[in-house]
Amino acid sequence: MPMLELQGIHTYYGHVQALKGVDVTVEQGEIVTLIGANGAGKSTLLMTICGNPRATRGKIMFEGQDITRAPISTIVRQGVQQVPEGRRIFSRMTVLENLQMGATLGDPAHYKSDLDRMFGMFSILEKRQTQRAGTLSGGEQQMLAICRALMSRPRLLMLDEPSLGLAPLIVKQIFKTIQDLNRENGTTILLVEQNAFHALKVAHRAYVLQNGEIRLQGSGQELLSNPEVRALYLEGGHHAP
Amino acid sequence: MRVEERVEQGGWLGESLPPFIGLHRCGTPDFRGRARLSAGAGLEYFLQQMINGLTLGSIYGLIAIGYTMVYGIIGMINFAHGEVYMIGSFIAVIAFTLLSAAGIAAVPLGIVAVLLAAVFFTAVYGWAIERVAYRPLRGAPKIAPLISAIGMSIFLQNYVQLAQGARVKPIPPVVRGSFELLHLDGFTVRLTFIQIFIILTTVVLMIGFTYLITRTSFGRQQRSCEQDRTMASLLGVNVDRTISATFVIGAALAAVAGVMVTMYYGVVDFYIGFLAGMKAFTAAVLGGIGSLPGAMLGGLLIGLIEALFSAYFSIEYKDVASFSILILVLMFMPSGLLGRPEIEKV
Repeated sequence: MPMLELQGIHTYYGHVQALKGVDVTVEQGEIVTLIGANGAGKSTLLMTICGNPRATRGKIMFEGQDITRAPISTIVRQGVQQVPEGRRIFSRMTVLENLQMGATLGDPAHYKSDLDRMFGMFSILEKRQTQRAGTLSGGEQQMLAICRALMSRPRLLMLDEPSLGLAPLIVKQIFKTIQDLNRENGTTILLVEQNAFHALKVAHRAYVLQNGEIRLQGSGQELLSNPEVRALYLEGGHHAP
Repeated sequence: MRVEERVEQGGWLGESLPPFIGLHRCGTPDFRGRARLSAGAGLEYFLQQMINGLTLGSIYGLIAIGYTMVYGIIGMINFAHGEVYMIGSFIAVIAFTLLSAAGIAAVPLGIVAVLLAAVFFTAVYGWAIERVAYRPLRGAPKIAPLISAIGMSIFLQNYVQLAQGARVKPIPPVVRGSFELLHLDGFTVRLTFIQIFIILTTVVLMIGFTYLITRTSFGRQQRSCEQDRTMASLLGVNVDRTISATFVIGAALAAVAGVMVTMYYGVVDFYIGFLAGMKAFTAAVLGGIGSLPGAMLGGLLIGLIEALFSAYFSIEYKDVASFSILILVLMFMPSGLLGRPEIEKV
């Protein structure tokens, strides 16, 4: 049984249909990448899994349970966390307060050790813990957003374009962190990216989303060498390595 | 009780009705007699007005917190908030009347009991208002909850008028007495016990409230909902409950203000919420709507401005002073003294 299974998901934003019957599965312990151009429906897909907006048709199963109509609170309580588009850190709160917010659903007994783990992963956050999160640089904000999501020890971590607008060195560091999380903690990861090269390299499996539909799927390596993917997302685009 | 005593307690005659509009006049030998005072009394007169202004400002500040918190979290001006405060005053009147009918004489215990009762029942009103008038409109265009709020305000006024009658409700003075701080040239600067009670209670509440918002996990959740409700819900925060709690806290603070005003002036009627609400709203805008320290500061300033304007210019036009400030702030400094500018870095 896959950890997450989307069956024929249709989602609308007002009258605009953003997803047109999408099927995606994520197995326990995998890194699954979803690539696609701007407006392909990648972010909508992640938000639909969390129940905001709702899928108008189709079914979302998480660990065998139907969560298509479940309240957001129930979905996130199952261990689904998201690093959303634009990071959405609480900019007027301190770095530490952001991490505390991330621990809302976590076990209070783990709080201290989880906090130390985050500071071990990104020591800059420890240095800046009393600083307002809005004063961090883009890369630091991304680190904070990832750590905030990790504070509740999610079973499925979904990341929406974590590399957007970051310097190449930081991008490398972020992708390395994603891989480490998957290898060392066994966190299942669903990654959405425009930066196809890095995202496909770390992925076990990947999907290409185009105009709200799954266009291609396969292993990360397969898609990396797929001529269509190369033309559309690697060589032609400005996201080439 | 003699009328003079009553005036000493806070005044309920002539232009000091409706009660909240009236200013505390104790210590002024003749209200229009400033010109007759000798030069040496100028400072004493000023000092007295500062004391009166601080008292009034404390009340405005407590009410203003409710406006600013609700605005912060759902981006709407809760125009029924003045009515919530009025209901707090009425519960105080009812509770004081019941207590005196029961023959309970212990003043401090009585005040605590009345405060608790008013806070509890008013908080229930605050919760119910959000539930009935605003929650069903979550996600609707901004104008809809605003109209709903105005409707709720009219409804509550008329409901209280129907249930309690339109006449002014007096209570016997609860706390008497004062300190004479200064005495000069026939002018006495007085700090009444009730003024001390109001200012101290306000200071304690504001410290406690600031602690709640800045240091506790509830406060963090409250602030997170204020900044990004969707993100907060994705992290597992119960947004609806946090919004309810915001209304309950705002109502509780307004209830305390209502109890204190009732004790200060000795009278309430069903209409006091409108003007007090507008003044507190002005205070919240002056301080910067959405900013909690701003609401406290704005409340104090509006209280002081009103007291000083009444003392040195015209008591009849003191509302003009407050509302001119509202207009000026909205025109030239819309984010207020401590507010954030609307434009944020993206």
